[in-house]
Amino acid sequence: MSDVLHATKVTKRFGGLLAVNNVDFTIPEQAIVSLIGPNGAGKTTFFNIIAGIYDPTAGRIDFQGETRIARSKRAWLEPVLWLIVPGIIAVITSLLASAGAAEGTLILGIFITVLVLLAILVTGVARPPWYQHLLARIGIFRSARPNDMVVAGLGRTFQNIRLFPNMTAMENVLVGMHSRLKAGWIDALLSTPRNRAEELKARARAAELLALVGLEGEDDQLAKNLPYGDQRRLEIARALASNPVLLLLDEPTAGMNPNETQQLTRLIGRLRQELGLTILLIEHDMRVVMGISDRVTVLDHGEKIAEGTPDEVRRDPKVIEAYLGAPAA
Amino acid sequence: MVVITALMAFLPGFPPFSAIQPEQPWFDGFANAGVFVLLAMGLNVVVGLAGLLDLGYAAFFAIGAYVYAYSNSPFSHTDLPFLPMLLVGAAIAAVFGIALGAPTLRLRGDYLAIMTLGFGEIVPIVFLNLDPWTEGTNGIGGIYRPEALPGLGEFSPLTPFAYFVLMAGIVTIAMILLYRLQDSRIGRAWNAIREDELAAAANGINTVTTKLLAFALGATTAGLAGVFNASKLTIVSPDQFLFTVSFTVLAMVILGGMGNIWGVAAGAFIVFMIQTVLLKQLNTITEGLGIPILSNINFLDYQFLLYGIALVLMMLFRPEGLFPSQRRRRELHIAEEFIEGIGDEAALIGGMGDAPGSDEIFGPDQP
Repeated sequence: MSDVLHATKVTKRFGGLLAVNNVDFTIPEQAIVSLIGPNGAGKTTFFNIIAGIYDPTAGRIDFQGETRIARSKRAWLEPVLWLIVPGIIAVITSLLASAGAAEGTLILGIFITVLVLLAILVTGVARPPWYQHLLARIGIFRSARPNDMVVAGLGRTFQNIRLFPNMTAMENVLVGMHSRLKAGWIDALLSTPRNRAEELKARARAAELLALVGLEGEDDQLAKNLPYGDQRRLEIARALASNPVLLLLDEPTAGMNPNETQQLTRLIGRLRQELGLTILLIEHDMRVVMGISDRVTVLDHGEKIAEGTPDEVRRDPKVIEAYLGAPAA
Repeated sequence: MVVITALMAFLPGFPPFSAIQPEQPWFDGFANAGVFVLLAMGLNVVVGLAGLLDLGYAAFFAIGAYVYAYSNSPFSHTDLPFLPMLLVGAAIAAVFGIALGAPTLRLRGDYLAIMTLGFGEIVPIVFLNLDPWTEGTNGIGGIYRPEALPGLGEFSPLTPFAYFVLMAGIVTIAMILLYRLQDSRIGRAWNAIREDELAAAANGINTVTTKLLAFALGATTAGLAGVFNASKLTIVSPDQFLFTVSFTVLAMVILGGMGNIWGVAAGAFIVFMIQTVLLKQLNTITEGLGIPILSNINFLDYQFLLYGIALVLMMLFRPEGLFPSQRRRRELHIAEEFIEGIGDEAALIGGMGDAPGSDEIFGPDQP
């Protein structure tokens, strides 16, 4: 399967507002695909659905050959399953009680019930991958959360920069690496050699990424003290830190001057070439869009009105109408 | 930092502190202060590192204390060894922390604070009203003192040295572990969640488990402190765990400098000493002066008034606390210098420093 991401009939409704309506969308491997449209067209909503922040009202999204995001199926069954094992232990305990077992046995039974219940509760809340696979096998489907999507290989930036303002550039990138590091809290408490080695490696990799986006030497700067253009690039470095397959960039050149825009455009091109990334771009600057995109999709009022190569889209009368309004009859 | 704490344990051995060595009350006072230092360090994980406001922290303290009371009292006819019970009490408090946190940590900010406030009220009331199992208002008394440890001697009110050394050891170990945690991948994740939860989730952090871990660790520390305190006071009763305790510990964390482990510990120590030593001394001094109005004042009654005033002044003049962590200092002060220096970009930085609202994910192109 050469498509990284495949969206089928995705719809999102906020109350009475239809933000995204029946959108089909495909991102081929190693492509740069742009999503454009006038303000309020539903681009960012669509983005947030892909990233796992919103659950779609209808439709589904396959990522890396697996359905990750869709309406939940049989979700009510999940809490019922949680109660089975503790329920059995509780029944056994009460049977023992009626048979006149010793007090100690009963206390032990209750204790085990509570512990099992707690363990299941934590698993259910944390939803580790093995648990999700188990549920999928039973036929329960729950939409992926943002962190699940990152683990699956999706990195993103935000339209309005959302760095961690009071952490240094290096720390921001290290947080981006979180899902690829393994040291848990026990490693940290014991300061195991594995933990220290991993930390050193992570720092070296973070420095590489900072250099890649052109921020070498800024490791120790607080994110909020960086100039605006650098903040945008730091956000890209942070998104790259999770080794994504697909990178979502939400208006990466917004608020940049022409010079910075040009630099960033070149960087995006390099990311595909050097890291083999697939990129989905929301952008208003048509020079950027037309310059680097392989395919362009146009949304208006939540609906896909055009799709194709930049040249095709540019000539599409529907697109011209959406941007400039219908010609006066 | 760690070295200093370790040295503090031996401080009384050297002059001028050695002069007060025969006066055992100091050791007693330090051991009691240690309980609050431990509580403050635990709450600091929840409030200072992970940014979750917990207003019912005393509940976990209470759970630890009652666990020890059940394991070592004439009331329950059991006498289990002390040191393992420290860990058991901590573990049971952690279980309660997880049980409380798992369903509720999806809540944000204010809602979580209100929920913890509720839990903090429920726990002492449950202990108060379950008369047959907790002896209600009287509490469980006559808790056995810990068995003597080799090299430390007896644990008794007459020789509080053993309590002191044990507490110094616990505080030192806790501090080392917390520092390690703070500088690890987990500590970074906590910090990221504190700064911007949505961005943290979008960067692959499982926010629920990470917050749950902070909550559980906070509860563990409180449980440990609870066991220690119960063994030292030999009585537990619901009125030891009211909201005032949660509030005092929170005030200690804020005064000491949220997020800075040793700062919080120092803050807790100072506040506790003011509360137990300075105010009492003030009473004795003013009584000695014989001025009619002054000698009628009981300064201990004004304890919470003083906390309140201190907190208000603190927020106005030194919001980062007495001993701020480097991070908070940069957060609150370097930004100001930067704005003064550059001016034009001030608006931009001010905008970034604001807590992002949930509506921001919509972005401007959303209705």
